[in-house]
Amino acid sequence: MKDIIYRSHILICTGTGCTSSGAKKMRIALEDELAERNLNKEVKIIETGCHGFCEKGPIVVVYPEGVFYCEVKSEDIPELVEEHLLKGRIVERLLFKEPVTEENIPSYHDIQFYKKQERIVLSNCGKIDPENIDEYIALGGYEAVGKALSSMSQKDVIAEVKNSGLRGRGGGGFPTGLKWQFAHEAVSNKKYVICNADEGDPGAFMDRSLLEGDPHRVIEGMIIAGYAIGADEGYLYVRAEYPLAIKRLEKAISQAEDYGLLGDDLFSSGYNFKLHIKKGAGAFVCGEETALMASIEGKRGMPRPRPPYPANSGLWGKPTNINNVETYGNIPYIIKNGAEEYSKIGTENSKGTKVFALTGKINNTGLVEVPMGTTLREVIYDIGGGLGEGMKYKAVQTGGPSGGCITSEHLDLPIDYDSLLGVGAMMGSGGMVVMDDGTCMVDVARFFLNFTQSESCGKCTPCREGTKRMLEILERICEGEGEDGDIALLEDLAHHIKDTALCGLGQTAPNPVLSTLKYFRHEYEAHIFDHKCPAGVCKDLASAYLIDKETCVGCSICAKACPVDAITGTPKESYQIDDDICISCGVCASKCPVSAISQG
Amino acid sequence: MKSLEELRQLRDKVEKEMKMRDESNRPEIIIGMGTCGIAAGAREILQAVLAELEKRDVDAKVTQTGCIGMCEREPLLDVKMPGKDRITYGNLKLNDVKRIITEHVINENIVQELAIARMDN
Repeated sequence: MKDIIYRSHILICTGTGCTSSGAKKMRIALEDELAERNLNKEVKIIETGCHGFCEKGPIVVVYPEGVFYCEVKSEDIPELVEEHLLKGRIVERLLFKEPVTEENIPSYHDIQFYKKQERIVLSNCGKIDPENIDEYIALGGYEAVGKALSSMSQKDVIAEVKNSGLRGRGGGGFPTGLKWQFAHEAVSNKKYVICNADEGDPGAFMDRSLLEGDPHRVIEGMIIAGYAIGADEGYLYVRAEYPLAIKRLEKAISQAEDYGLLGDDLFSSGYNFKLHIKKGAGAFVCGEETALMASIEGKRGMPRPRPPYPANSGLWGKPTNINNVETYGNIPYIIKNGAEEYSKIGTENSKGTKVFALTGKINNTGLVEVPMGTTLREVIYDIGGGLGEGMKYKAVQTGGPSGGCITSEHLDLPIDYDSLLGVGAMMGSGGMVVMDDGTCMVDVARFFLNFTQSESCGKCTPCREGTKRMLEILERICEGEGEDGDIALLEDLAHHIKDTALCGLGQTAPNPVLSTLKYFRHEYEAHIFDHKCPAGVCKDLASAYLIDKETCVGCSICAKACPVDAITGTPKESYQIDDDICISCGVCASKCPVSAISQG
Repeated sequence: MKSLEELRQLRDKVEKEMKMRDESNRPEIIIGMGTCGIAAGAREILQAVLAELEKRDVDAKVTQTGCIGMCEREPLLDVKMPGKDRITYGNLKLNDVKRIITEHVINENIVQELAIARMDN
C-alpha cells in the first residue's frame, strides 16, 4: 500500500513511438520541475504503454481532469507545471487541435480519433502502468483466470470461447474455441500453449503495442488457454527487435509469479502453469506456426507440411495451441463478461473488435480498435483524419505481404474476415497502409514481393524460385523493360505458387500482385506498352522535368537543390534541366517558389 | 494466489489509487491557486485538503483553478458535489478545511458561515 495519496497523476506514454519522439527526456524534465516546486509528494508520474495516437506523441494525460496533451517537449514542462498543476489552468497550446474545426479539445473522449473506437483489447493501454501488476489488478485484472479456475470446467471455458465467436487475430481467422477443443481432445501427458508475437508485416505494430502497454492481459489469456487444453507450460515467441515488449513481459511474468498467479496450484485448483519467453531472431517465416515451433526447439526456422496440426503434434511433438497476441488479449474479457456480451459486438460471422495499425499517407498515424463491421471510410476518414492535404485516396493495403488492396469503390464495405476476402484482400494481422495517387501500384507489388522473396526460407521450390522469377518480371516492368505477355506470365506463376507452396508465406506471397492486377491492371499496361509510370514513381519511366522559361524568375533555388547538378543557367534570367543528367527525383519542382517546374 | 476472494481483497487495496483516473462523477474540491491564492496560503490549504481526504478515506477529485477576481477573499475553495451547485468558501484558515470536508463533502450540508458564493449547476 502506498503511503501517499497523490492529488494528480501524470501519465506519460513511453511506448516505442512516444519514446522515439522524446518521452524519456521529457519525463526527466518533469521530475526535476516537480522536485524544484516541491510538488513531488502531490503529483505522481506514471509511465504507460501506447495510447495509439502515435502521430501526436509524446502524449501526456493529466488526471483527475483527464486533460490530453500532445507533442509535449521538455521545453514545455515548466509551463505545464506552473499553469496546470499549480494554477489549474489548461495549457491551451498543447491541446489536440481537431484538424477540420481547428478547435482545441481538452478531453480524450471528445477527440474524433477516440470517439469512434471501441476499446476492449486496448482498454488499459495508456491508462495503466504496464510495469505494475497492481494497476492491472485494480481494473479487474486476473479475475477471469480466477473465475475460470474456481468455477468453470475446461469444457466450460472452451464452450464460452466457442460461443463468443472469437476468431484468430493473426490473420487466418480460424475459430479460436475450435482450435482449443482440438488441443484439449488430444491425449498426452504433456501439452503446450504458445503466443505468436512474431509480428513481421511491414507497417504492423498492434502486437508490440499491446505487449508494451498491457502485458498482463496477454499472460492472463494464455493461462486460461493453458487450463482449457490441459497445458502446464507456455512460450511467448517475441521478436528480438521488440526490446521494450520483452522487458515489460519479463517484468510482468516475475510479478505474476510473486503473486502466485503463475506457478503451482493456482487459485487452489491444483492447476500449475509456467511461462517462458523465447526471443525470435527476426525471420518473417517464423511467424508461420510450424516454423515458429522449430525455432523454439532450437532448429532452423522452417515450416513443415501440415497435417499433423500443432493441436495433435506441435512443440516437441506434443499437442500445442498457438494463438496470436491479440487473440489472447480478447480472452479475459470473454471469460469475465461472458460469450453473450462479447458476441453482441461485431458482425454475424466476425465477432468482437479488431485492432488496426494505420500508416502511410494518413493524418492520424496510430493504433485503432474498432468493432468488426466498421467501414473502411470510418476508419480512414473519421478516425484517421483522412489523407494529407492535397492527396487523393487511391487504395489501402491490408494484410501486409499476404494481403491485397482495397480501392475507393469499396470504402463503404463493412470490414470483417469474409468481406475482405470477398474483395481479394484479407484481414491479416491488421496493418493498414493508406496510399494516395502518388503511389505506383506496380512499385507497391514489387516492394511486397521483394519482401517475401527475401524472407522465403528456401525449403520449397515454388516459393524459393517462383517468387524470385515474379520479382524479376516486376523489376523489369518498373525499369521500362516489360514485354507483351508479362502480365499473363505473372498471373500464371502467381496461381501456381498459391497452389503449390508449402506454407502460408509462399501461398499468400503472390496476393499483392494479383490484387493490384485486379484493380490497377491499366498501370501495369501503361508501364509495359506506353513506357510510362502514371504516378511518376518508377524512375526509369518518369517523364523528364522541364522548366517553363516564361515563369522562371532565375532565382537559382532549383540549381542549388539539384542533387546531381543537372540544372544550369544564369541568375536573374532563366535555368534549364539537362535530361541526360536528371534522375527525375522531383526535388527542383518541390523547391521552385513560382511553380515553373513540372513533369512533361 | 489461493482464491478469487484473495484476489478481490488485493484489488480493493490497490483500487483506491486508480480512482484518480476514473472520470466519472465524484465530489470535486477546487482550490484557487492564482498568485493571490498562493500568497494567501492556498498551497497549505491544498495540502490540508489532501491530508484530510486521506485520513477520512474520502474519494474526491482535487483540482485547482486560477484567480477568479475575489482576491480579497483568498484562499478560496469550491466544493462541487455531483449534481449539486458549486459552493465557494472564502477567507479560509487551515482548520476550516476539516469542517468543510466533514460537513459538506461527507454529510452534504453546506457550511453556511464560510460560504461566500453559489454557482448554479
